[in-house]
Formats: sequence, structure tokens, C-alpha cells
Amino acid sequence: MTSRLAQRLVRRQRLQRAVLGGLGGLLLVFLALPVLGLLAGTSWADFCAGLAHPLVWPALRLSLLTTLVSLVVTVVLGTPLSWTLAQAERRWARAAETLVQLPIVIPPAVAGIALLLAFGRRGIFAGWLYPAGWSVTFTTAAVVLAQIFVSAPFFVQAAVSAFRRIEPNLLIVARTLGASPWRVFLRVALPLASPGLAAGAILSWARALGEFGATLMFAGNLEGRTQTLPLAIYTALEADLRVAQSLSIVLIVVAVVLLLGVRAALGAAPSRAAAASRAVAPPSGAR
Amino acid sequence: MSSPLSPEPILSSTPLSRPRFSLRRRLWWCAALVLLSNCQQKEAPALPPAPVPGAQQTLTIFAAASLREAFGSLRDEFKETHANLEIVFNFAGSQDLRTQIEHAAPADVFASADQKNMHELQQASMVGTPVVFARNEPVVVVARESAASLGSFAELADVTRIVLGAPDVPIGRYTGQLLDNAARSLAPDFRQRVEANVVSRELDVRQVLNKVALGEANAGVVYRTDAQSAQGKLSIVSIPAELNVLAEYPIAPVSGAPHAAAAAEWVKFVLSPAGQALLQQAGFLAPAGPPPT
Repeated sequence: MTSRLAQRLVRRQRLQRAVLGGLGGLLLVFLALPVLGLLAGTSWADFCAGLAHPLVWPALRLSLLTTLVSLVVTVVLGTPLSWTLAQAERRWARAAETLVQLPIVIPPAVAGIALLLAFGRRGIFAGWLYPAGWSVTFTTAAVVLAQIFVSAPFFVQAAVSAFRRIEPNLLIVARTLGASPWRVFLRVALPLASPGLAAGAILSWARALGEFGATLMFAGNLEGRTQTLPLAIYTALEADLRVAQSLSIVLIVVAVVLLLGVRAALGAAPSRAAAASRAVAPPSGAR
Repeated sequence: MSSPLSPEPILSSTPLSRPRFSLRRRLWWCAALVLLSNCQQKEAPALPPAPVPGAQQTLTIFAAASLREAFGSLRDEFKETHANLEIVFNFAGSQDLRTQIEHAAPADVFASADQKNMHELQQASMVGTPVVFARNEPVVVVARESAASLGSFAELADVTRIVLGAPDVPIGRYTGQLLDNAARSLAPDFRQRVEANVVSRELDVRQVLNKVALGEANAGVVYRTDAQSAQGKLSIVSIPAELNVLAEYPIAPVSGAPHAAAAAEWVKFVLSPAGQALLQQAGFLAPAGPPPT
């Protein structure tokens, strides 16, 4: 009797796995096929020719440099913002949170126009931002601004929910044990939220690396100054589809290498967070 | 009018537990949708009903982005004699259109802004014999801020913040050629001086136009048809005819087109006096004849 029940349970378990796995597999295949198509549609010789293309290296260097700067700015300013939003319970905080997420839904080209209208030469802030006749448009700084605008929301979104998931009692206990608010933020909240922060940073960085529309609108397309890898790919597309394909593969390889690298480097982060939570909250009963 | 799609049954089947405002909200959405669909109709005017039901054909025309305004008015005229033809345009860069046709996009006619992309398709037997139906003349467009300091083409070498087309897009290729011509007859370093002030190499001619119209760039080189479409937002400086390079626009039916006869009709109409008059109204030049002075 019991063994038949066990069998039924096992069978149900298998069925559930097969159904869910099958449904998930559909999405996996759909997401993987275009990448496979790109890889299959580009011969090794094309790929080498793509690597040797004069547009590649300046664009790759510029992409890495600008995304690194925009990532640092996003994390340095985005972490305090996310902490504030996660802590605040007022209405304005909800409104601010929605505002921060808006750039995710704005089409990138529209984001570029919006940046122009705000920070361009005839923009609403041009009068007191720049000397007459100058503007940030067409500079490398404009590339970074465009990347921050489109990618920071991804970091803030992940960071806010990471801070919200922290058990509030841990923070209160830390305070009652005499830790200053700064110490609570730096030594308790940050380590506990660090896996979420890291995931947000990776997502935001990946978005910045692929950024195209806003950059083209706001920063233009000049080799070595504003032409990032996605813009170089589009420029190559005008001349030769195969070159564009191999540049796309270069971009994918760079992204995969960096993502794996970051994942490996952060491998220790969850255990550190766990250690932090143990440090501030001794198991109940160990009084 | 008791249509099976009438909304009443849907509304009456709404559960009673639903809050009252959901119906009102839905009506607001309907109103918004109606407004939106009205907006779209401005772009593509509603087609009159076909005189003979079933004979309606859809002619798909792939055309270079710079033909948008001109082909729009050509369609209106063409419709008057071909009421049973629905015309659908796909406007994009000539290179993108060529790639789409190479990947078997269902096009009937291809109108390119340069000979190169048409030639490549012809080599691959993907289009019929092309005919040049119009020419377009590059001009310098100048932002309001700099209109005073740039009155003639020769002064382009003294302007900062110039935006040009990328060397591989047609407008960028023509710009390079005319700068070379200028270097030969105006000053040997003309091209270098202009290129030293280039702040961006845009991927299509509309991006060049936008950057100048928005005042981000001081000057740029675009086709006269584009400059004409942004009249009032910028000033136009003609390039001397002896230095200029005219863009030739070829048109051809796509091989194996689903509506070959209609495609031939459209090509014929584009080349007819009526079609040519509309093209020239939009700023295009006749396919042959002396360059403008």
C-alpha cells in the first residue's frame, strides 16, 4: 500500500518535472537558436577577418572603458538611492521608484532625444551648464551619460528589492547592540544585500554594453570617441553583413567572458552574506 | 446592425463582483484606441473600397528612406487610376532593403538611393533591369546658430561641429567624393580641414539632418530633398555644380514578384511625366540632363 503510494508520488513528481522542463525548454531553445544561427552563419575565416577589421579594437576599447565608468557611477550613486528608496515608506518614494524605472520602457532612440532635449546645445539646461556654443553631445562623456540613463534602472530595481529582503530585525538588533547607522549600513545591510547588488550590477553593465539607440542619438558615431562596439557593428552592417556578424560574435564573446568572470569573482559573496547574517543574529536560543 | 462582434454580450457577461468603474475605464480605453487609430490614418489614408470585390491586390514597394514624402504623393496620384491596388511601402536604408530582399522579403518593386545596392541585387538576378528615375543633389545644411558664419560652400572648412554620413552609407560616400573635388579645385587641404571638425559619422542621412535641425551640429551634408523637408529649421547652402556629385536613384521590379504586372505599372508611372513632376516637387532632379547651376 505504502509502496504504491510512493510510486504514485514519484510518478507525479516525474510528470511535473517533464511538463515544467518541457515548457521551460521551449523558451531556452527560442533564446538559444538566434545565437546559434549567428555562430553557424559565420565561418571561422569571417570571424578572423572581423577581428582584423579596423573598426573593432578602438570600438572594443571604448566600449569597455565607457561601460566601466558608467557601472562605477551607477553603483556609487545607485546604491545610496536604492537604500533610501527601500527604507522610505512615504508616497514620494513609490513615485520616485516608478520614475527610476521609466527609462526601461522608453525606447532607446527616444531616450537619446530626451537626453538631447535636456543636455543638448538647445536643451533646457544648456544655459547654465555649458559655455555658449558648447555641449556634451558628441563627446565620450555623452556615451557614458546615455549608458547610465538606460542601464542604471536595472541596478536600482535589483538593489531596492535586495535591500527590502533584508530581515528588518537584523538592522534593529545591530542598532540596539550599539552599531552606528553608518556601521549598520556598511557592515550589515551592504553585505546582506551584496548578492542582489551584484546581480543588478551585472544586468546593468550588460545593458550598457549593448546600448545603441540612445548613444547614436545623443553621442553620435565617431571612431575612437563615441563609436562603441554596437555602433561599430551597425556601421559595418552598412558595408558588409559578414563583418557585422563577426563583430557581433566578438561582442557576445566579450560579454560571456566578462559575465563568467564576474560570476566567478562573486562566487564567495553569498557565503560572506551568510556569515554577516550569522554575525549579527546569533541563532535563537543561544542567549 | 447586429454584428457578431458587437460588444454587448461581452459586457453583459462581466461578473457582478467587478467594480463599477472598470466598464468606464474600458470605455476610456476604447476612446483612446479610436483616437490612436485616427492618428495612424493620417499617415496612411484609408483606402476606398475596391470596385470589384476579390480583385484587390497589394503592391509592396521597398524604397529608400529619402523617397518617403515623394512616393507618398505619388501613391495618392497612382491610386486615382488604379483603385484596385493597395500600395504598401517599406522605407529604410537602401542597404537594409537590399539585405531584406536577399533574405526573400516579399517585395514587388525596389527603389534604391544608390546604384551599388541595386547593382549587387542585379548581379544576383534578384531584380529585373534597373532604370534611373531620379537624381538627388547633396547640399550643406546649416543650423540657425551658424547661419551667419556659413554663407558659401567654401566656408565649410572653417566651421566646427560638422556631422557627415558614415563613409559606407550613400550620403557619406558622395560627401567624400565632393570633398575630394573641392580639394582639387578650392584648396588642397579642404577635405582634411573639414574632416578635422567632424564630430559624428551618422548611419543615415536623416540622422545628419536631425543633428543639424536640433542645433547640436553646426553643419552637415544631406540631400536636397531632406533639406527641403526640414525647411524653416535650418538654412541651405548649395554646393557648386562643378564640385557636386549627384546621387542616382534606380528602380527595378523584384524577380519573381508576386504582382509583376502591377510592379511594372508602378515603374511606368514613376517614369511618366506626372510621376516626374511630383518627384521634382519634392526636390529631386530629372534622371538626365544638365546639372543645376
